[in-house]
Amino acid sequence: MERRALFGGKLLPYSLLLPQFAIVVVFFYFPAAQAVWQSLLMQDAFGISTEFVWFENYSILASNPEYYKTMGTTAVFSALVAFLSLAIGLLLAVMADKQIKGATIYKTMLIWPYAVAPAVAGVLWLFMFQPSLGMLAKMLRGWGIDWNPLLNGNHAMILVVLAATWKQISYNFLFFLAGLAAIPKSVIEAAAIDGARPLRRFWTIVFPLLSPTAFFLLVVNIVYVFFDTFGIIDSVTGGGPAGNTTTMVYKVYADGKLGSDLGGSAAQSVVLMVIVIALTAIQFKFVERKVQY
Amino acid sequence: MVERQTFVSRYLPHAVLLAGVAIVAFPVYLALLASTYDAASVQNGQMSLLPGGRMAENYTRLIFTGTSSSTREPVGTMLINSFVMAMAISLGKIAISLISAYAIVFFRFPFRMAAFWLIFITLMLPVEVRIYPTYKIVADLRLLDTYTGLTLPLIASATATLLFRQFFMTVPEELVEASKIDGAGPFKFFVDTLLPLSVTTIAALFVIQFIYGWNQYLWPLLITTRDNMQTIVIGIKKMIVTQDALTEWQLAMATAVLALLPPVFVVVVMQKLFVKGLVETEK
Repeated sequence: MERRALFGGKLLPYSLLLPQFAIVVVFFYFPAAQAVWQSLLMQDAFGISTEFVWFENYSILASNPEYYKTMGTTAVFSALVAFLSLAIGLLLAVMADKQIKGATIYKTMLIWPYAVAPAVAGVLWLFMFQPSLGMLAKMLRGWGIDWNPLLNGNHAMILVVLAATWKQISYNFLFFLAGLAAIPKSVIEAAAIDGARPLRRFWTIVFPLLSPTAFFLLVVNIVYVFFDTFGIIDSVTGGGPAGNTTTMVYKVYADGKLGSDLGGSAAQSVVLMVIVIALTAIQFKFVERKVQY
Repeated sequence: MVERQTFVSRYLPHAVLLAGVAIVAFPVYLALLASTYDAASVQNGQMSLLPGGRMAENYTRLIFTGTSSSTREPVGTMLINSFVMAMAISLGKIAISLISAYAIVFFRFPFRMAAFWLIFITLMLPVEVRIYPTYKIVADLRLLDTYTGLTLPLIASATATLLFRQFFMTVPEELVEASKIDGAGPFKFFVDTLLPLSVTTIAALFVIQFIYGWNQYLWPLLITTRDNMQTIVIGIKKMIVTQDALTEWQLAMATAVLALLPPVFVVVVMQKLFVKGLVETEK
């Protein structure tokens, strides 16, 4: 879309862009470039000399079983949270889309967890499942389950998955609700007249028409689990026990915090960068097809 | 729909939605409960599902004095820090994105598209992929433990710029022409015509960015070392000492309640703007 009526001025547009540019260059591009550069360097054990080592940091990373474990953890975590929060969000949206009394109140009561900080969500769930005093932990013990997320890796994973899912349901619910509202009621009524029962109508008509929304949400959810759950992991498990809930982002943070292996930490950052670029590209390519003006 | 309503089809949606609301609300209800008990009752798991009588005492102590372990800062200070951070980030993002989008849509100049892409690509560089180099720059600029260091690096915004660009492109050209005929320059057009038209978009964006700013975690964790610079979201994590009986859970839960109240309040009160902002920033 080209405009004809425009303002002149040679310097003005540049000075309008200047504040954003200054921040973007100093705090985004420069550090990102530095991460890439650092990933090609290696420091000796005493931090005295630095050497350019090409891709050695990457090959060390590629032969590190711990890193593969982290990747596996991230994959399991993403898959569980995305599946659970999408399924629950869809179920609630389908129910709220029906013409029932109080639909708006239900909507309000379901969307607010979006506003809760991940770290706070984590603390809320930790409190319920804290082995010695948590109300739900005591219930589990009453059922004979030796519940202890502080020692058992699987229990810790379940806990962070629950907290992350709890926070993400509202987001998926809202977008599914918008997607359902966009489906013409006439199509569904036509199927109903042809004798299709509600469940069949859902799977053969509503669900396929929702699939673009679902795909979009899947990508957004994966990005959420990769990056925004940092606060949950840090407040609930700190990546433990024994690294069982250490995600890729958490490992970059934890490795760099010790300060010993800057090159290795930078190489991990670059791997993450590639993942974000891929996910964002998929998201925008898809959105371009969906939104046609 | 065409079928007759059966008992199940009438009450199933309510049952499912009520269950959903209950599951979503339960963790917060429990936190609210815990914040009304004394330390011993919470510690021994003797809480019932009804509130205890220590609410006023717990919150007063928390806001003005703080907990006795790990972080001794009054939560009142943390709330102020969080509020300053959320406001600076959301207003800053809106301000610089407004003028960037204005330049890109209403002016023609060399490298216009390059400028657009330069901003757009920052979407792919979240803090999480450049943690330590960014930290080092902020440290070199001597901005650790300052509000500037806490907020300035976060106010660049590709999403906000994209959103304003989209909106500006829908503004009819006749408006620009009419303003020009009236003798208005770019500044007058921006203030008198464009800003009033953008009020809803700005408000919707503000709601989303306020929540984003308030809930920041990784960045303040890196940038703040002094207790009096802590935000509430960081403060609450430091109150919980894992595998330790020292955690004052009733106060930690009160802090959780205080930490989630402002952004949740914004969402509930400005629900329409929130939904608009959420849907539009994701496009």
